[in-house]
Amino acid sequence: MAILVDNETRLVVQGITGREGRFHTGRMVESGTNVVAGVTPGKGGQEYESVPVFNTMEEAIEETGANASVIFVPAAFCADAIFESLDFDISTVCCITEGVPVHDMMKVATYLRVKDATLIGPNCPGVLSPGKANASIMPNSIFTPGNVGVVSRSGTLTYQIVNELTQRDIGQSTAVGIGGDPIIGTDFIEILQQFEADPETECVVMIGEIGGNAEQNAAEYVQSEMTKPVVAYIAGFTAPEGKTMGHAGAIVSGGDSTAEAKSEALQRAGIRAATNPSEVAELVAETLDEGS
Amino acid sequence: MDLYEYQGKELLRQFDIETLEGIVAASPEEARAAAEQLGGPVAIKAQVLTGGRGKAGGIKVVQEPEDVEEAARQILGMEIRDHTVRQVLIEAGAEISSEMYLSILVDRAEKKPLILFSTEGGVDIEEVAETNPESIVRIYIDPLLGLLPYQVRELVFDAGLEGDVAKGVGQVLNNLYRAFTESDASLVEINPLVATEDGRVLALDAKVTIDNSSLFRHSDIGEMHDVEAADPGEQRAQEAGLQYVKLDGDVGILGNGAGLVMSTLDVVAQAGGDPANFLDVGGGADAEKISEALDIVASNQQVKSVLFNIFGGITRGDEVARGLLSALEQSEIDLPIVVRLDGTNAEEGREILAENTPENVHTEETMLDAARKAVELAQNGSR
Repeated sequence: MAILVDNETRLVVQGITGREGRFHTGRMVESGTNVVAGVTPGKGGQEYESVPVFNTMEEAIEETGANASVIFVPAAFCADAIFESLDFDISTVCCITEGVPVHDMMKVATYLRVKDATLIGPNCPGVLSPGKANASIMPNSIFTPGNVGVVSRSGTLTYQIVNELTQRDIGQSTAVGIGGDPIIGTDFIEILQQFEADPETECVVMIGEIGGNAEQNAAEYVQSEMTKPVVAYIAGFTAPEGKTMGHAGAIVSGGDSTAEAKSEALQRAGIRAATNPSEVAELVAETLDEGS
Repeated sequence: MDLYEYQGKELLRQFDIETLEGIVAASPEEARAAAEQLGGPVAIKAQVLTGGRGKAGGIKVVQEPEDVEEAARQILGMEIRDHTVRQVLIEAGAEISSEMYLSILVDRAEKKPLILFSTEGGVDIEEVAETNPESIVRIYIDPLLGLLPYQVRELVFDAGLEGDVAKGVGQVLNNLYRAFTESDASLVEINPLVATEDGRVLALDAKVTIDNSSLFRHSDIGEMHDVEAADPGEQRAQEAGLQYVKLDGDVGILGNGAGLVMSTLDVVAQAGGDPANFLDVGGGADAEKISEALDIVASNQQVKSVLFNIFGGITRGDEVARGLLSALEQSEIDLPIVVRLDGTNAEEGREILAENTPENVHTEETMLDAARKAVELAQNGSR
């Protein structure tokens, strides 16, 4: 099993001919992912990393049966690339690109409500199911197959935590970087729902940060709906108000958006929260021990 | 990107929203000349990119032009929440009959624009939300459909507006929604929106924030950015494509990835230290970029030690170590630097560092140990 991407995934790379697109296509192929097509308008008929390139998504899907996409196109054209994916019924779309305008994302998010598809990102590392499929820019070498689901708003912080899990021989079912922007396609709750339903996942790690109130909503969901244990970590306790901390969405703008408020919500929901990244792996190890 | 009040009003006027006549002045003399040109009583308003200027004494109303110089002298140079007032807006007076509140913002949870309106203007909307929540009308907009005529009517009727004011507010709302979408704003706020004795509705204040990610399609707005108001380090970082936020402590912090750096700040604070900044150098091991980042961190005179927290992912630890060594050669920092390297090939990276680093560089294996070491060095250090 795993969620979002697995052995059934037939991946198309939108923006395959750009520097990032090409580099990461090579890595995704190397880690055993079935990358069936690339799309770059005007470059149809070429091959990149042994992957055939098409001019349009319609053509790519018709020819290859692609069912998931990963997007590397420049920010100005991302909304268009996402709409193109959605209109030809791609079920999982991962938008890696950073800097997509918020107004574009409001339109995309609204359109998504009438589509039976999952958009991960933008401004995210993507999705990786170790040993099955890699639709991401995450370093495949630090992952190992297993039963812990990981969902996070951050990239490197996720790698840090996954690496510590792997060092303890705790494998992962799927890692999902949902993205650091103010408006993203999929929030914590939708991923938690999928992990809850995934027979392979036994425990979930949720990594949040300042900005918005997605962590509070997730905490309520975990408390009322989830049977699987969740270990959480929140970054940004020292962030000052009104300053963007790297991620466009990581900004304290009063009340709910602070790390303290999120941490309190987790506590109220009875979720184990770590105070630093290393403690996450410790708490997961304890949780798995208790469960067995 | 936040706009000054006068810039925000310029933007609103482009979308046919009426404001009072105003002139920007940078000296008491300019302020007086502006007042004489406008005639009658004027308001002198501090231009700062922060709230609370009214309470801080940053707004004065003066009846005679000869009193304007003194009032402007008091306001110019004033510090309001760490922002120095370098300009004032001199604005003509008006006969006001009522004050209202109107804003449009990006609602993150609903992923849609949200309109907020209240007949209680001139005070913080958060305050109104506590004292008189029934007075606030909220309307979510479908961004694919835009603001619909019935939604404008709904707002006007729900708020109990009538006559000229109802018509005027409706027009302002339509224009403000255009300003919000066409400028890629994440916030447009008019507080107060006023009705005048002669039946006009106009914006007495303007708070506008533009989505930074959209500036590629708004070069005119990008040019409004006030370089002088930014911290010099933050300005330099922006030019180098680095994410830097200056804080008040003495432990300089840099790393790769926003989440990891935020987390590093937290761990330093837990170890009893005070972070001096946030700096994300991004992926890769580009020596020049790391060197520039180190220089920016060290240019803050409060910094007594530096903590560099790196996770080697696709860029392996040994490559990162070589990049860091060459960056250290390029920069001339003699501050103690603690390097913590983890991830792919971390051990090889640490070995390279251990063999080649100058005396001021210490390596640690875990984030916690690195944070403790950096805090200890900052506490014992001087500059």
